[in-house]
Formats: sequence, C-alpha cells, structure tokens
Amino acid sequence: MILRDVVAQLGLQVLAGEDALDQEVTGGYIADLLSCVMAGAQPGQLWFTLQTHLNIVAVASLVGAAGIVITEDAPVAPETVKRAEAEGVVLLLSAEPTFETVVKLARLL
Amino acid sequence: MSQEFSLFARMGKDLQASVLQELTFELKVSRVMTPGPYTLSSQHLMDDVKNVMRERRFSGIPVVDAGELVGIVSVQDLMRAFEEQALDAPIKRFMTSKEHLIIAMADEPVFEALKRLEQTRVGRLLVLNAEHQLVGMLTKGDIMVGLLRALEDAFSREEEQRRQQHPRRFFEALVSDETSLLMRYRIHANDFASGGKASAQIKQALLQMGAAPQLARRVAIATYEAEINLIIHTTDGGYLVAEIRPERITVVAHDTGPGIPNVELARRAGYSTASPLAREMGFGAGMGLVNIDRCTDELNIWTAVGVGTRVEMVFNVTEDGAKAGK
Repeated sequence: MILRDVVAQLGLQVLAGEDALDQEVTGGYIADLLSCVMAGAQPGQLWFTLQTHLNIVAVASLVGAAGIVITEDAPVAPETVKRAEAEGVVLLLSAEPTFETVVKLARLL
Repeated sequence: MSQEFSLFARMGKDLQASVLQELTFELKVSRVMTPGPYTLSSQHLMDDVKNVMRERRFSGIPVVDAGELVGIVSVQDLMRAFEEQALDAPIKRFMTSKEHLIIAMADEPVFEALKRLEQTRVGRLLVLNAEHQLVGMLTKGDIMVGLLRALEDAFSREEEQRRQQHPRRFFEALVSDETSLLMRYRIHANDFASGGKASAQIKQALLQMGAAPQLARRVAIATYEAEINLIIHTTDGGYLVAEIRPERITVVAHDTGPGIPNVELARRAGYSTASPLAREMGFGAGMGLVNIDRCTDELNIWTAVGVGTRVEMVFNVTEDGAKAGK
C-alpha cells in the first residue's frame, strides 16, 4: 500500500517528508529502544514510536523505514522535524495511541 | 553505424551549441582540409580538365606551375570552353587566375574559413601554407567531417573522464598493491544530536560505490551502534574510521576511555551501563554489541579500563551483500 493512502486512511498528520509519500509500505515495527529498531525494522516498514528526539531520524534513515509514526500526539521538537525534512525522512503524527493506530494499519495491509 | 548514431543522439542532448562554435575556433584549417590536392599545370588543355573531372569527379582543379599556385579551373570554366568549342585550348585561357582566388591559410581557424565560404559562396577554398604553397583544398564537406571527428574525440575524452569519475570504477582507476578508501570521523561524547551522521555518510558512500544495499545496511547498523557507543559511553568521544577495500570493509571505533570492565557482560543482550538520560531517549537497550555482532563477519574488541576501547568490525563484500557463509 502507498504511504500517502495510509496517511489518509489513518488520519495521520504529516510533519515532514511530504515529497516522499509515494513509496510502498510493507509493514510496521513497534519499539522505543533504538537498537531494537536498528536490529528489527525492515526497509519499507513504518516505525511506530513515542521517541521524538533528533536521533529517530538517523535511525529511520539508516534502516530505510518508510517513515516514523509518532503516536499519542506526543510533542515533537522543531529540530526533529527540521532534521527529518533535511534527510527526506517521512515524519507522521497520530492522535491515537500506538495500539489503535497499528490495528488500523494492520486492517489496511 | 552505431557509433555515428550515438554521436548524433548525444549532440542534441549533452552538448551545448557553444561547443560546436568553440570547436570551429579551436580547429585549424590544416586539420580538416583534404591535403595534397590533384593539380594540373596552366599548359594542360581544357580537354585534360574534362577527362580529370570525369574520371575523378572533381568540380575544381588547382593550377600549379613550377610549384606555384597560379589559378583554379572549375566546371563553369569547362562549360565555357565547351560553349566556345575550345577544348584544345590551354587551361591558362579559362582558369580563374591567382588574384581572384579565394584562399584559406593552413594555420587559421576553421571558423574564418567557414565565414569566407559563406560570404563568397565559392564551393572550395585553396589552402596555402605560410610559404604560400598549395597544401590542400577545403570544402564545407571537409569542415563537417572534420568537426564530427573532433566532436567524437571530445566525446571519447569526456566519456573516459566520466568513466573514471564513476564511483563503481573508482578502484579500477587506482592501481597499487592494495588500494583502499579511508573515511575518518571525530565523534564527540554526549553529542546525541549528531548521532548517526557518520554512519549515514558511510552508508551513502558505499551505495555510491555500488555496494549491495544489504551490505550497506549491515555496515550502517553496526557503525551506528558503535557511533552511539562513542557518544553515550566515552569520556572524551573518539574516532570512527571506515576503511573501504574492494573486497572488505573495516570500521574501527576507538576511544580513550573509560574502557569496558567486562566485555563478556557487555556483549550479552540486554546488559547496559547507559545513563538514565540515554535510556530515556531509547538508547541503552543493551543491544549495541549484539547488533554489531549480528551484522559483522568479524568483530574484535580490545579494551582496557582507564585506557580505552577499540572495536574493529569487518564486513566481507559479497555479491548480494549478505553475511558471508550465511
């Protein structure tokens, strides 16, 4: 499924990476421990997390994630948004908790 | 044929119009002219002209007496001779004499000669050397062929340059007993904001060199963990040094302390000595060395408390980028 459609169906807010929404989403990965994400996330997956600091951009970029979904409307620092924009990493915000957001994605895929 | 096709196909796309203009300035007449033209003397007959023109399909023949250019005889001149039924007359009577000749100098730019051809509307220029001896003839056809040849040369030079610049061929162009590329990064302690920058740049370099995506990913993940370790755990930061060889990539992370008291423990999944701040940010999962081990073909750790740590990560370059032997 195309990321742009996922964003629309899940009612996600696009914080950064508007230009990169036409990629294929292959699945998801959920973790707040960065090393777990480095170890487990596969290219093309959406990464669901509550982490909002700068480093999540590097992690998402290195593993080739389709994008980062920050859940529960967690406040995201402007630097993180700026870094994501600069690196072309898609940064999305969900108003709902991780579980509800992921269940919706699972039904789509 | 294919060569011609590619040449033309590229002319419109890659070449700016000015390149052609530049070439007409750079190229000397002597490079494009037809050298050593066939000549007749002024004492030859117009009948000779007719024969030569018919046999050799010339439309103009320079007239040279005792090594000196004295005129040119053209198809028009021959037609006049026909009209006057004077084929037995010497060339001298019908030729265009020296003072009316349109000439080009061998060492002048093609641009000037082309301009003269355009302005005078003559079919050919006689080319003289510095001693005013006839050395060749120049037609628009000669110029076109010469320009195409020069363009082809320019393209093959450009192509060669492009080949050498292409990262995939980077190593092929460098000859030594053992060639490698070294990328060195200074990593500062507690500089969380820059975490992953070096790893991303190394990954990018590998992809540009044509490494398989899976290999670039393995190197990136292991390097990221080592980079974060330098940020989280060291007193004074350290260095990341990636050495890229055609068949092997080695990334070394070294620092000057504090050193790891128990490496066995540090390599165990879930064990971490990260600060509460680092853990809050999602670091310190106790997975760093585990991840590195998983991604590398060889992992060597030297450490001494109070001295420092050196983590050496080796990745064999494989066709598909997968870990060798797995």
